[in-house]
Amino acid sequence: MFIGKIRRKRQPIARYNQQIAYLFLFPSLAVFIVFIIYPIGFSLWSTFTNWNLIQSAKYVGWANYIRLCNDERFWNAVYNTIVYTIGVVPVGTALSLLLAVALNQNIKGTKFFRTVIFLPVVASTAIIAIVWTFLFDPQIGLFGYYLSKIGITMGAWLREPDRAMLAIIIVSIWKNVGFNMVIFLAGLQGIPYSLYEAARVDGANRLQMFRYITLPQLRPTTVFVVVMSVLSSFQVFDQIYVMTRGGPLYRTETLVQYIYHHGFTTFQMSYGATVAMFLLVVILALTILQLRLFDRPVD
Amino acid sequence: MVVQDSNRVERIALFTVLVIVSIFMLFPFVWMLCTSLKPEADVVTWPPRLFPRRITFEAYKTIWHQIPFLRFFLNTIVFAGGVTLSSLIFDSFSAYAFARLDFPGKNALFTLILITLMVPFHVVMIPVFSLLHKLDWINTYAGLMIPRASSAFGIFFLRQFFRGIPRELEDAAFVDGANVWWIYSKIILPLSKPALATLAVFHFMFNWNDFLWPLIVTTSVNMRTLPTGLALFMGKHVVEYAILMAGVVLALLPVTIAYLSAQQHFVRGIALTGLKG
Repeated sequence: MFIGKIRRKRQPIARYNQQIAYLFLFPSLAVFIVFIIYPIGFSLWSTFTNWNLIQSAKYVGWANYIRLCNDERFWNAVYNTIVYTIGVVPVGTALSLLLAVALNQNIKGTKFFRTVIFLPVVASTAIIAIVWTFLFDPQIGLFGYYLSKIGITMGAWLREPDRAMLAIIIVSIWKNVGFNMVIFLAGLQGIPYSLYEAARVDGANRLQMFRYITLPQLRPTTVFVVVMSVLSSFQVFDQIYVMTRGGPLYRTETLVQYIYHHGFTTFQMSYGATVAMFLLVVILALTILQLRLFDRPVD
Repeated sequence: MVVQDSNRVERIALFTVLVIVSIFMLFPFVWMLCTSLKPEADVVTWPPRLFPRRITFEAYKTIWHQIPFLRFFLNTIVFAGGVTLSSLIFDSFSAYAFARLDFPGKNALFTLILITLMVPFHVVMIPVFSLLHKLDWINTYAGLMIPRASSAFGIFFLRQFFRGIPRELEDAAFVDGANVWWIYSKIILPLSKPALATLAVFHFMFNWNDFLWPLIVTTSVNMRTLPTGLALFMGKHVVEYAILMAGVVLALLPVTIAYLSAQQHFVRGIALTGLKG
């Protein structure tokens, strides 16, 4: 029975509002339909064709998807994307959580530290990647020199197949740790102080408080940060394009690199779109997982 | 809020760790600034030095004619500024319609916008490029800006804010004979200044920094924005480090200054998105 459910029905402002609403919506909807909705449909359609720059598109059935399954370079890109994600997400999340907890104490200079740690977030990834490219160059960057002083020789990481991805992971963590830290700080502010007071009365030490109050209370925040980081890791492009272009030996070629390669280098657009469909499915699956885990109302 | 007490020793240890972290975070910025102030001959020396032996502003003078840096700068201002302005206008239009007006198909349209929010740009970049190509919009400001003229995120964000504005003012104005446009422009917008500022900061920074979009929409050097222009300059002439670093410093300067002077808007704008550029 819905008798108890009182819903204050607003008097609609006037009937002509209904048409005027479409006027208000028109510019945004036009942009979305032409530049997002239609391209999604086109993209999906094109994966069943041999669409490229030269020929007109012909229906080819599942050929692109079959090619995808047998394409070693594609699976290499999937593998690299996963390696990158595993390199960035756990370390990045843990670091940002620790920094947030550290900055949530009443330490001198908190504001300064927060400003500095967040600074890379506002810098353009592509531009800052130029700087990192030089920093990793043993000829000009100082890291190699400093390390050699303490007896470690560092080669040109970006040109070493086994080290290039590590270098990119370091840059990405450096770039994004401040972003996640701010989200964790917001989460920490939301934990009721009374919980800590009660724990102190019970004689808990600080480590126990962290383990049994802070961590469980931050669970929704942590889920959010992890899912967001995974989503953005699957879409990494800028720093790789600038620092290695996917090399050496395709060892840093990720999914978006590979889409770009087919869309804008070989111009096999339909195959690039097929790789993009794979990315879309992964992203949508992760998004739905996030909405489930998070139980966040869409409103 | 002070959550936990800590003793003196722990505080000093924590402080030290944070100082080390800060040095690491700042190092690339310090390095780029120092390198840009060196004479070109001093950049590649052994042993390498962080601080310049002699400070010169030579690189900051030569960059303007060595590469079309002014052009990059103006392109970026037009692109980021134009997109921010149009997005604020169109996002607030749609947000107002969704927050306040009743019309058939409202839920369906809102769902449509939700879908566009979930689809990453990379998925549509190939067909969008081909569409721009057909429209002959490659290497034009229209091509750079119109596909970005509105953002689903902005609509969500503003709609949320508009819904929090009490209705009483509007009801009173309506009784007095005000129309929808008047209510939108004279009541809703003025009351939403903080939200609009946050969104403006987000849009401007996102587009100023963006790389892949201008990379595919522009192919001629004269239409490049700062990130694409500098990154591709690096690919071609790696030797002139001081000049490139001067360009990097100048390109990062506007957003950095804005960030340092309006931190709250930045942190809020970025944290709210949950989307990294």
